Amino acid sequence: MKLSTFKKGLHPEDYKYLSQDKAIETLPPPDDVYIPVQQHIGTPCEPLVKKGDRVKTGQIIADNSAYVSAPVHATISGTVKDISKYYHPLGMRETMIHIQRDGEEEWEYLEPIDDWKWTPKEKLLKTIRDAGIVGLGGATFPTHVKLAPPDDRAIDSFILNGVECEPYLTADDRLMVEEADKILLGMSIMMHILDVQKGYIGIENNKPGAIARMQKRVVELGYPFKMVPLKVKYPQGAEKMLIYSVLKRKVPCGKLPMDVGVVVNNVATAYAVAEAVTEAKPLIQRVITVTGDGVKQPKNLMARIGTPFKELFNVCGNVKDNVNRIFMGGPMMGMTQYHLESPVVKGSSGIVAVTGDLVEELTTFPCIRCGACVLACPMNLLPLRLSKFSQENMTGELEDYGVSNCIECGCCAFACPANIPLVQWIRVGKLRLREHQAKTAKEKA
Amino acid sequence: MTEKKNDIKEKQDPAKTEASAEKQEKKGTSAEKPKAKPKPKKNPRAKLFKSERMTIVAPAPHAKGKQSVPRIMYTVIIALLPAVAASIFFFGTRAMVTIMVAVFSAMVAEFACNKIMKTGVTIDDGSAILTGLLLAMTLPPTFPVAATALGAVIAIVFGKQVFGGLGANIFNPALIGRAFLQASFPVKITTWTLPAFASSNAYFDIATSKTVDTVSGATPLGLWKFEGIGTHLKPLLFGNIGGCIGETSALALLLGGIVLLILKYADWRIPLSYIGTVFLFSGALWLIDPSRYPDPLFMILSGGLILGAFFMATDMVTSPVTPLGTWIYGIGMGVMLVVIRIWGGLPEGVMYSILFMNGLVPLLNRWTRPKYFGEIQEESQKK
Repeated sequence: MKLSTFKKGLHPEDYKYLSQDKAIETLPPPDDVYIPVQQHIGTPCEPLVKKGDRVKTGQIIADNSAYVSAPVHATISGTVKDISKYYHPLGMRETMIHIQRDGEEEWEYLEPIDDWKWTPKEKLLKTIRDAGIVGLGGATFPTHVKLAPPDDRAIDSFILNGVECEPYLTADDRLMVEEADKILLGMSIMMHILDVQKGYIGIENNKPGAIARMQKRVVELGYPFKMVPLKVKYPQGAEKMLIYSVLKRKVPCGKLPMDVGVVVNNVATAYAVAEAVTEAKPLIQRVITVTGDGVKQPKNLMARIGTPFKELFNVCGNVKDNVNRIFMGGPMMGMTQYHLESPVVKGSSGIVAVTGDLVEELTTFPCIRCGACVLACPMNLLPLRLSKFSQENMTGELEDYGVSNCIECGCCAFACPANIPLVQWIRVGKLRLREHQAKTAKEKA
Repeated sequence: MTEKKNDIKEKQDPAKTEASAEKQEKKGTSAEKPKAKPKPKKNPRAKLFKSERMTIVAPAPHAKGKQSVPRIMYTVIIALLPAVAASIFFFGTRAMVTIMVAVFSAMVAEFACNKIMKTGVTIDDGSAILTGLLLAMTLPPTFPVAATALGAVIAIVFGKQVFGGLGANIFNPALIGRAFLQASFPVKITTWTLPAFASSNAYFDIATSKTVDTVSGATPLGLWKFEGIGTHLKPLLFGNIGGCIGETSALALLLGGIVLLILKYADWRIPLSYIGTVFLFSGALWLIDPSRYPDPLFMILSGGLILGAFFMATDMVTSPVTPLGTWIYGIGMGVMLVVIRIWGGLPEGVMYSILFMNGLVPLLNRWTRPKYFGEIQEESQKK
């Protein structure tokens, strides 16, 4: 069978075997959690609790009235010890709420929904918002916003993103194998809210277990969803690439998937939606893969949000002494960690510790214009030129060559035989262009 | 133990921050500073792990493909080896001497440039070896050794290093060297040796290159151009013809060339468009007047076209990176080659056709930006 795919891209060695067969283990509630008040893209939340307050599991502890935001919940029952800046996995120090567990687990549930099929859509959306659900693939865009497109956008297709194209990560894979029913339920709830008939499930072909399980349950439960096995290629799971692979529609530059009538959601998000709507559980935990050759026992863990990474490594036999790099997310787009006190956030799909293979230790050669980056770029850009323009601060050229279309997937830097940090320079270029545009806009005004 | 200490510090730290909340706000991102103060010498990162080992903090990606510049260069060199072997087989030790002199001189010149320009030694990346080898492939086997060395030096110094070294040159360095030699030694460079097989039907002696040295003759292209004599295709294919070291066996060159195409070290569009254009253009001329113009297969197999199309025109540094640019580049070379060969004053035009199109590459790269993913739809929506 010919697998659907997109053009270009590449296939890094995926190392999924490390944790692909490890069943999800539920991590017991940790003693301390550090919950960042902002865990989504959009308006930051404000803390609603004070130092010394007693909080229950599932209680909203930070929120904002703005539309594009999602509340944050306490993930254990205990006392608020402190609200201040702690290490955030994205590198900076962020305001977090430190909660210390006091033994008993008390829950505060969401407003229950009896039968979602007969519940008004507004109420479902409110429940999803109250549950604090954001895109769990890593982008953390509030889901209730994604599920309520403006009226002038006709949405006709829904794609469930079970691709997980980043090497190492197996969290979504395991979730599909073990919780296929809930994922499918979450998907149908979302499709019901969007009033969409056509549903597609995109899974990369290196997850035969997940494909078989999902296919089986789709048939058994009688869902009208179409399974789309996809070619194993990075970045297959990037929204624009996935839409092209499944529906052969191209999202125009600078536009959103809804402009071509598609909404894409991650399997973990679908799972969270099902939990929120049918069990009134807010988003307080997620599956996170702890893996890499620097971890003694790679595992897939169901961990409370706010659990320090240290605790995750503890149950996985800790990191090896010769670990060289630890990053949250996959190796292509993940963030390196320098502090193991950093907590699991809503967007953490994995934490990977690796030994060896250090990009920085490789010699950088001059660009020989081999075009490997051009062959790899899924957005059809010219990374070699963009990085050059970025180094020279040539903002006009950066704009002409479409730097803002870059999805920062990292294929160019991966492919470069001269070891030039192409995507890193392109990120700098994007920033330089934005700064330049802001400056010129100011001057004009 | 270390982690516990860390915990205590963590707890103290926020207390401090709360006390001096206003100061903190002013300081902004320097929130880490108070923590580092007690032990200024130690990097806070090192304390993370029991092993006291530093981890690397760097932007993504944290994975890397296996390709590297030296790997590409050495692979191209290896891909040239069948042709080198064929040339030594047909031309004897003299070809081997020319190749070794060219490679050695190129490496010495590269090393000298590195020292003068203080850029760090770059001879191990393989590009100088490749330049020397490619230059030798374009020379007649009996070419004077001193002139070969000079050509290699010119190729490295004026073909590559004056532009700033690897990756910065506009023109193919080996062809710059060859162009210099053609201008300086026009007679020597067109004094062709017939392979031993062609000159004596007795046997081929590697030990004494005497017989090889003494017999000289024209290349098939020269024969055709100046005397109107054609050459059979079979010797052209297998290499039993007069000509440059690397021009002899089309088959050996194709073998290496196909390896490069499979490994994607050479863009398949270049040989296809280059040779294809030569075939179509000269084929059209041949159909018009077969008595005046040579047949297209002869055009392809004779001279340095195969060598040029697979190993010189595909030089990454001096060929376009965009698909459309590559097509234009190849077609331009093909047209130019046929024009030079048929109407020009020289029997061979591979070198000039490549050098000329090399000069256009920066412009081609600029003109032929590929459409972004999703760009076409954007335009149609605007309309």
